[in-house]
Parts: sequence; C-alpha cells; structure tokens
Amino acid sequence: MYSPTVLEHLENPRNVGEMAEASARGEAVNPVCGDVLHLFLKIERGRIAAASFQVRGCPPSIAAGSVLTEMITGLTLAEAGALAPGDVTRALETLPRNKEHCSILAIDALRAALAERQKS
Amino acid sequence: MMGSTHPQRIYLDHSATTRVDDEVVRAMLPYFTEIYGNASSTHQWGQRAKQAIEEARQQVASLLNADKTEITFLSGGTEADNLAIKGIAEAHAEKGRHIITSQIEHPAVLTTCGQLEKQGWRLSYLPVYQEGIVRISDVRDALTDETTLVTIMHANNEIGTIQPLGEISALVKERRAAGQRHLHLHADAVQSVGKIPVDVKELGVDLLSLSAHKIHGPKGVGALFVRRGVRLRSQMHGGHHERDRRAGTESVPLIVGLGKAAELSRLRLAEFVPRVRELRDYLETEILRRIPDTIRNGAAEPRLPHISSLSFEHVEGEGLMISLDLKGVAVSTGSACSSGSLEPSHVLVAIGLPSDTGRGSLRFSLGKDTTKEELDYVLETLPPIVEKLRRISPLAKQKRMPGVISEPTSATI
Repeated sequence: MYSPTVLEHLENPRNVGEMAEASARGEAVNPVCGDVLHLFLKIERGRIAAASFQVRGCPPSIAAGSVLTEMITGLTLAEAGALAPGDVTRALETLPRNKEHCSILAIDALRAALAERQKS
Repeated sequence: MMGSTHPQRIYLDHSATTRVDDEVVRAMLPYFTEIYGNASSTHQWGQRAKQAIEEARQQVASLLNADKTEITFLSGGTEADNLAIKGIAEAHAEKGRHIITSQIEHPAVLTTCGQLEKQGWRLSYLPVYQEGIVRISDVRDALTDETTLVTIMHANNEIGTIQPLGEISALVKERRAAGQRHLHLHADAVQSVGKIPVDVKELGVDLLSLSAHKIHGPKGVGALFVRRGVRLRSQMHGGHHERDRRAGTESVPLIVGLGKAAELSRLRLAEFVPRVRELRDYLETEILRRIPDTIRNGAAEPRLPHISSLSFEHVEGEGLMISLDLKGVAVSTGSACSSGSLEPSHVLVAIGLPSDTGRGSLRFSLGKDTTKEELDYVLETLPPIVEKLRRISPLAKQKRMPGVISEPTSATI
C-alpha cells in the first residue's frame, strides 16, 4: 500500500521535535481526517537553515512532514514558497490517491510558517 | 508489505480472517476434481456431491445445536445478513415496517437496514453506552406492534462485547406469546461462532448468520440458520436450491470446507476458550501496565475471549499498525485515518470515545495457534513504537510537558 520511502520515513522520521529558537512556525490541520502537523523553521539570511516538525497522523502524514523538512533545508524563502503538494508526493515516490491530502497538510504548514515570517 | 522486511510473522488479526486449516483444505480438495458433480443432478456424480453437502449441513447444525433442515448455505456473512434482514422485512411487511438494531452492528447489517429505511421502513438504532452493550430496557422501549425484526449481533467485531441475546429473545417470545407472531430475532454471529458456545436454542434466536473464513474455513461461504417455521422472502432467484431459500448451484468444495471447519471448531471449543482468554488477558494486562495513557475500549466482560481493543492516546492507529507490520505483526485499527474520515469507527464513536482517543485504537485478535512467545515479542516491540510516535506527536508534548512549549516570541501555535 505504501511506498518504501514512506515506510522508511515512518521508521526513521527526520528532524523531529519542536525547535526552541524557531524563527517561524506553521500549523496545519487536515480537514478530511483531523491530522495535525506543526512545522518549525530557522531562517538565516533569507534561507531556511534548519527545519523540524511534529505530527499526529497516519504514516503518509508522518512521511510528508519528515521529507518536507529535508526538502526545504537550504532553500530560499521564495523557493520554499513555490513548493506544491505534488512535489512532496513525488519526494515520497507515490501516495495512495486517498492519502494525497497528507502532502497538502505538509505544504499548508509550510505556507503558514512562511506567512507568519512575512508578518513579523 | 507482508512481513517481508522482518523474519517474524505474528498474525493477531483473526477477527479479520483466519488461515484455512490444513484438514479443511484436505477435505475440500476431492470436490474440485474427483467429486465434481452438480448436487442437483440425480446421477451418481451429482448424488455424491449432494451427500457431501448434507454432511456439511449436519456439521454446521451440530455446532449450533440446530436441526440440519434449518441451515441454508450461501456466500458468506454479508449475504446471510442480507437474506435474514430483507427476507424477514419483506415477507412480513404487511404486519409492520419497524426494525430494531444497534449502533455497533457490522456494515452488512447497518447498510442493509439503511436500504430498508430508504424504502420506508422505520429503524431504531439502539445505543450501547460506554460498555458497548445493548440494554434490555432500551429493547423493551423500542418494541412496537409494527416491529417485525430485532437484529442484534451476538458479539461485536471491533471490541468483542457480547450482547444479551438470551434476554432479548425472552422479550421477543413474550410479545410473540401475546399475539405478535410476526416478530423475529436475528443475530449476526460471524464473530462469535467457533469462539464461544453458540447454541441457537439457548440464545432463542430465529435467524443467525455465520461465516466460514472466521473459523479457519474458506472465504466465500457461510450459512444462515432459519428456525423451522420462519417465513422469509428469498433474495436470490433461480433454481430450487437450498429449499428455495437461496438459488444458485451449490459450491460443493466451499460448503464441505465450511462443514469441516465447523466440526473442528466444535471439537476444539472447550480447549480454545480458556487458553485464548488467558493469553488475551496476559497481552492486555501487560500492554496497559507497560504503556501509559492507554485504555481498553468497551467492557471487559462479557467479551469474546480472543479480542482486545485498546486506544493509545496522542497517536494515530494506522501509524501503530503499519509500524507493527514492519516488525512482522499483523493487527488492525479503527482509527479515522484508515477510514478516511474525521471520526474513528462507528463502534468507537458509539461507545463515546473522544475522537482524539479513538484515533489511536488497535484491535488485537488472537487465534487457536497464538503462543505466549508471540505475545512476548509484541510486548517488546509495541512500547518503543508508541513511544516513538508520541515523541513525534505535538499533542503528547503539549499534555506531558506543559511549559516547555511556551516561547518568548510572537509565535502562535
């Protein structure tokens, strides 16, 4: 049912936890299934220097949060802002169709974090 | 994903389905290639097939303490529920269009009742409270002169709670004696048959559904017990098979498999119940002891001896289930994610579990071959998985370490 990449992230999630000195945070709740994802960014000179996440959700939500923290580390804020759910799904190889909303959850959290950064 | 990543293969999902017994397979095999006649044929090819079906009918009847003429073979539990519910509702529609059921029935019952509701029947869905058990007073209050059917499962497939069928049938018989002759009691016993004693006379049911694949028989075959004298409308039209109750050429190998599985279940039952209960209690007690913020879903008793349904706070059941699968352990979950909705399963909702708690639910269902060593492996494997998923979860952290989350920044979470 799930790709090897999803299962690998489930077993070894990257960058887990709250970041004490985060420069931006974003939270997203999936309206379909109620999954909750928090994303923390450390931003230095216009780039994402580090990212971490927390999630209460199914394996694809865990994998989406985990792989997103890897994908965005090193990106400029503009580059990160251009990411779409399909990019997360591709990074996980594939997701079952009824689980594609897990990639949306991760991107929603990212956009919330970037929006908060713009405000401050 | 079937354990290919791990040498362990521990199957604790016997409420989903069971391995077909070797003895059952052996009994079935001749009926594919040697005794392949059509049981309706009067030549010896057909008559040998018919004889095999009648032996199987006796084997199923013996398991239920029924008469063999009261057993109808069909394709499985779902068809048995459909035939029982629609068959009674339609045959007695002129006497009334009211059906009583519970909120925790299997979809085969709930969806069938929903169909009748669309066609004008009135349905009463009884609550089950925190215990997951129907209250007899609610049944009494729901019964009307228009009621033709009470359909309540013998035992629940998710949490294992056993429903008070004996008391319900006493109520039904009372009303019948008072003149309401068209009132019937059906029980979906797909989960209880072969796991606890199921005696149709003791339970006092008029109809009872069972499935072969839950008792180490093949998939695709089941039976409906219909008490002698009960009139129901057949749902499958065709030839004169199964006393005109269910048309279609009988699947002789599958029926033989069901018969053999029923016989083996009957012979094993006395040994099975105490053994599996002791193992289940061991697993459940140890999980509750070793993993904090974990609860049992529904009442401890009366409950099927092989099922344990637990909820692990702050995590999602599918993550637990897939993580266990990667370690070679098969269980199932009633979590919301697996059903693609905000709410956990209708059973967990019906027992009033907060939806955040119900998300982290797992069902362990043990089998006749489950060993203590297998459970010890689960008891070693599960706590670190729960711990890991809780470490990831923002909810666990908020609850467990208040204060840590407070930040001197403008950040809002």
